Amino acid sequence: MLLSRQLAHGLRGLLHRNAHDQEIGEEVRQYFDEAVAAHRERGLTEDEARRAARLEWGRPEQAAEQARSYGWENTVRSFVADLHFGARQLARNPGFTIVSAITLALGIGASTAIFSAVDPILFKPLPYPHANRILTIWNRYQGARFELSFGTYRELAQRNRGFESMAIFEPWQPALTGGVQPERLEGQGVSASFFQVLGVAPTLGRDFEPSEDVRGGPRVVILSDRLWQRLFHGDRGILGRPIKLDDGDYTIIGVMPQWFEDVLSSSTDIWTPAQYDTRQRAKDFSGPAWGNHLRLVGRLRPGVTRAQAIEELSQIAGTQWEDFPRPRWASLKQGLIVDSLQDDMAYIVRPALLAVLGAVILVLTIACVNAINLLLARSAQRRGEFGVRAALGASKRRIIRQLITESLLLASFGGAIGLGVAVAGVRVLIALSPPGLPRVEAIKVDAVAFAFAFAVTTLIGLVTGLIPALHVSRGEVRSRLEQSSRRTVGGHAWTRRALVVTEVALALVLLVSAGLLLQSMRRLLAVDAGFNPRQLLTMQVQTSGHRFDDPPSAPGAGDNMRRRFFRQALEAVRQVPGVEEAGFTSLLPLSDDPAWVSTYGARFENDEPQKGRNVFRYAVNPSYCGTMGIAILSGRCIDEHDTAMSPPAAVLSASLARSQFPGQNPIGKRLHVGPDDRPWFVVVGVAGDVKQTSLAINEPDAVYLSTEQTWFADDTLWFVIRARGDAVALAPAVKAAVWSVDKDQPIVRVATMEGLMAITEAQRRFVLILFEAFGLIALVLAAVGLYGVLSGSVAERTREMGVRAALGATRQDLLALILRDGMRLTVLGMALGLLGAAVASRGIVSLLFGTSALDPASWLGMVALLGAIAVLACSVPAWRAARVDPAIALRAE
Amino acid sequence: MADTNTDVIQGTLDMLILKTLSLGPLHGFGIARRVEQVSRGVFKVNPGSLLTALQRLERAGWLDAEWRSTENSRRARFYSLTRAGHRQLEIETTEWGRRAGAIARLLRQEG
Repeated sequence: MLLSRQLAHGLRGLLHRNAHDQEIGEEVRQYFDEAVAAHRERGLTEDEARRAARLEWGRPEQAAEQARSYGWENTVRSFVADLHFGARQLARNPGFTIVSAITLALGIGASTAIFSAVDPILFKPLPYPHANRILTIWNRYQGARFELSFGTYRELAQRNRGFESMAIFEPWQPALTGGVQPERLEGQGVSASFFQVLGVAPTLGRDFEPSEDVRGGPRVVILSDRLWQRLFHGDRGILGRPIKLDDGDYTIIGVMPQWFEDVLSSSTDIWTPAQYDTRQRAKDFSGPAWGNHLRLVGRLRPGVTRAQAIEELSQIAGTQWEDFPRPRWASLKQGLIVDSLQDDMAYIVRPALLAVLGAVILVLTIACVNAINLLLARSAQRRGEFGVRAALGASKRRIIRQLITESLLLASFGGAIGLGVAVAGVRVLIALSPPGLPRVEAIKVDAVAFAFAFAVTTLIGLVTGLIPALHVSRGEVRSRLEQSSRRTVGGHAWTRRALVVTEVALALVLLVSAGLLLQSMRRLLAVDAGFNPRQLLTMQVQTSGHRFDDPPSAPGAGDNMRRRFFRQALEAVRQVPGVEEAGFTSLLPLSDDPAWVSTYGARFENDEPQKGRNVFRYAVNPSYCGTMGIAILSGRCIDEHDTAMSPPAAVLSASLARSQFPGQNPIGKRLHVGPDDRPWFVVVGVAGDVKQTSLAINEPDAVYLSTEQTWFADDTLWFVIRARGDAVALAPAVKAAVWSVDKDQPIVRVATMEGLMAITEAQRRFVLILFEAFGLIALVLAAVGLYGVLSGSVAERTREMGVRAALGATRQDLLALILRDGMRLTVLGMALGLLGAAVASRGIVSLLFGTSALDPASWLGMVALLGAIAVLACSVPAWRAARVDPAIALRAE
Repeated sequence: MADTNTDVIQGTLDMLILKTLSLGPLHGFGIARRVEQVSRGVFKVNPGSLLTALQRLERAGWLDAEWRSTENSRRARFYSLTRAGHRQLEIETTEWGRRAGAIARLLRQEG
């Protein structure tokens, strides 16, 4: 049967309904006229012929009705009629409609938004061909992931058999000069095989060649589509053109596709070969090739499993070959950590995301329970109506269809609002998302998630909506009719009470979790960072350009230029009015800098030759400790005495001093930081511990050195400026001061220390905000549920209340009666909820800080909150019950 | 929508209509009478079912319909077989023959 013809005929029937009906009427009339005529021909009179025809062929109206009901358009027509009726029903009861629709919308919207955000990170395959074959490889240091060195990469790349290709990458932030202000680009220095590992080639131009990834090779870059559009407006003639980065000439050789996403660092806009010295074999471990600062990815050969790769790599790590010497800090003695790229990407955020996902599933469940509750209440009210309709001859099928239509209408209503909630929710999530959340750009409203949530709620609506129809079909019409005018004590009362108990229980689970997270945040923010974060302006100043290069003729000349520039810039900053004190450091606490940037191996004189530990290296100027307000516990901080000419000085963190020299005075002890072949640093003081990565993490091993005395001059330093007044207002003047020394040096990441601290804890705050929001939703829904059930019960018991009042019950008695009823449900729900919360709180333990999963303050606080809201929700119907006028209640019967 | 109350074997009404119309255009009552006459009263078509079936066959493209005058100058809806209708009749006839033969063989065997 041709679909187009079906459609055309059906549409004609639908649009020209009258004409179509008339045509059928005409045809039926003609049919019966002929039939009558046929009987007349047999000699019957007109009347007899008519009767005979009707006897033979039935009633013409019936035939016409049957013929008219043919075609899909009739289903549409009766559906529209049902829809119309359903809409009228919903409009007649706006309270029910709005509350149910909002309940559904919150459930659908919240769960869709959360799933949309979580899906690209945890579940959706990465946007690379055979993405499951891409692995990341890390050094293992004290059980945790740590970057590795180029030397390690070279050894692994040459010795392995299981990988098709391997590539290292590291951040590269070249300054793009030539514009109004110098701009820093987010880039990566990568192996030539980097894009092969990911399996994506440039859409314009070509990939890197191995010959370009050697020391002194040609300087080439590949651009992201984003940067290509921004700088060159998508000009396809860009290939081969030079681009000036860090004062050097680079050639553009390719542009990545628009859809390409660098999940390893989503903000990356430009790639260049890392150009490590591949021939270097000597046991000179001092060069950049032996710094542990590279990330490593590899693509497995087809058919090689991850387990095989892990096995092979651990074997390589465990057996050292003479060809591949290893320094102490890249000995691989602690082994390697191998993970799939996807798991690796989600490694940090997974516990938080799973917790949020769990929370939103609870919200969806509560929303569903609430919807069931509302629909049951409504169907109880409407039993009489269905009884009447059945008595008037409506078929069971017709009533069911009507109910389904009504439920669908309500679900679509809720779904439409839910879609709005989901769209808004995704926007809010992206806005709130902590920095470092991977694949933020891939987050969009997920159609599957929406369909799922919508389907669940719709199904619930359908099933619940059908219950009254099923009763009708059991032939209980008479009893239903009777009940409609009398009190109703259906079996649903029980179900509804059980549902409310469930709601209260689930709400408490969410609330307790939110309470624990809130308490954690409170404790975290009370942690002493080890310095004074108030009125502190921070910014990163970079040095870029050829004048900072070390020419072979004058080694160290570039470093001296750098040091001089930073000294002069700081001097200029100090002159800015409103600056109380200023200093700089290579590593800023709580700045979100990756740990490897300033982690170095340290070996004390009393350590064995192959021993040592990783420490944070802070290269600072003399005024740094004072500006930051870091406590000096003994000796002195780095000061003006520490110059290029004086003996190298070091200040230890208190914990490092304690653990290395228990019970001894560390001052005067000697150590190496970084390369072993330099003069010893002598300990001149001990400083209080400072939180580096996060307020929640203790990484107390730190060494402060003078920027004048370190073995290399850092090319980027953090300026810290203590303001007399508003720190933010100082920023433009401070930047101008730096640029007054050299206008080509980029200044980036301008922020206040308090702002940086907020960013550091952003992930916790993100989870906390979501739990608070969900807890609030759950609280409101539970209150609505309680209110609904009690209101229903009060309405059904009006007569009873009247009798009680007539027999002498006071208003207080009636009030207490209903309140007691509501509180019984609440307490039961809370008891179950406490059990659930005990389980749930274990699930979020990894997100807690300084707070036990059984923290009494959080638990009691949330129980009290829920209890108070429950009392509030119960008191309205209770008050209504207390005001029942016995005369009216009894007369109504 | 379901074709109930028809004395015609379920599923054969379409074939009977197509066969009847293969001899020439007819209106609804004409078809009913022809089926009844030719089957010697074995099959009687309910007018509701007949008109429904005619709509269905028309939508399927097997029939054309037009309003014309009958011999006693009454306007009636005349149905005629299209080319596709002829093909469909052949298909249904073959299929029916196959089934009837199979049933007949089964019945013989049982007996």
